[in-house]
Amino acid sequence: MNSNIRPFWPPLTAGIALGLALFLTFLLTGHGLGASGFFTRLTAWFGGEIARPATEANSYLGPYLKGGVNRLSDWITWEVIGLLAGAFVAAVTSGRFRIRFDGARGFGPVGRVALAIAGGMLSGFGARLARGCTSGIGLSGGAPLATAAFVFLIGFFVAGVLVSMLMRRTWA
Amino acid sequence: MMLPIYDSGVASGLLSGALFGYVLENAGFASPCKLTAEFRFTDWSVFKVMFTAIIVSAVGLYVANALGVMRPNGYYIPTTYFWATLTGGALIGAGMAVGGYCPGTSVVGFSSGRIDALFFMVGMVLGTGLFGGVFDPLKGFYFAAAGPKAQTLPTLFGIPDWAVLAILIVAAVAGFVLGGRLERKSGGALTAEQVNGDTGGMGANGMAAKKLETMPIEKFSQAH
Repeated sequence: MNSNIRPFWPPLTAGIALGLALFLTFLLTGHGLGASGFFTRLTAWFGGEIARPATEANSYLGPYLKGGVNRLSDWITWEVIGLLAGAFVAAVTSGRFRIRFDGARGFGPVGRVALAIAGGMLSGFGARLARGCTSGIGLSGGAPLATAAFVFLIGFFVAGVLVSMLMRRTWA
Repeated sequence: MMLPIYDSGVASGLLSGALFGYVLENAGFASPCKLTAEFRFTDWSVFKVMFTAIIVSAVGLYVANALGVMRPNGYYIPTTYFWATLTGGALIGAGMAVGGYCPGTSVVGFSSGRIDALFFMVGMVLGTGLFGGVFDPLKGFYFAAAGPKAQTLPTLFGIPDWAVLAILIVAAVAGFVLGGRLERKSGGALTAEQVNGDTGGMGANGMAAKKLETMPIEKFSQAH
């Protein structure tokens, strides 16, 4: 079983490959890679399906529904579909694809679901506040040496370490 | 031909995304255990990969600009809104410490068969909806302490681009050395076998072996 699982790339190799992919994206599109922008569009679309008047009236999500145009159809959506596919191919061809419930190790199913949803909420909210996520601001802002990227990354790492310490205590 | 070519079509999105996903999965970033180990200082892959990628792409853009093949102000540079940028980054870091992923890596996690990543995505939609709900009262904070439009570190510090690149490279080397040392102290960076949970009794990163086991989906459904 284990012999079928290929090792991860060394971080330096992965970092160089990621840097080249990001550079290529800049040359192709004039901007970097992202992810959370898709979830904003997904949220607006979903809001439009279940509560259209309220979503249309919303000052943040409303513009994504204006004029009846399908705002899901955007570069970022195709990019996220590519992201899904590329990661899937990598996982399958390396023997690392397996349907399983990963997550916070010290917790049972209910706790893991709750933590995944809670973490997702923090992340979704944070990405809107920061106007992008780890890829959209941290990575793609880092390439043109934007101040914003480094402000973002400092917040990301400091809070990650602090909350991680609290989580470890919760786990103990 | 001047670059960028501003191709925002389907093929451009699929290609960029596919390369992105292929690399992230191969880096091990589908695993929430590996991702969160960065915050426990036991696996420095997140720092190493991100920092290397930033430097490689930054050098690429620097060279392309120097060669004169890039259009002036031809690509997107985000603007700092100090408090919103910092707090947003902090919330995404906290979200990773709690839920195991960030937005992009949750997609990668789901692609590798991790069901918990799907719940993380549900949470992201909820969090985005919540943000929409409180956007009006939050506007002051959202736009507070706006920096100069599209400001970069070289303009902030008044030093040339190459000097910033050199500093980043030194910082990256220092991070690789320090990170490598801390990784060895805790039994090495997490391997693919470890995070796939098939190994029996290894205590990598000072965690109990049972804590490193992922829960197979059968067991998860039984527990319900």
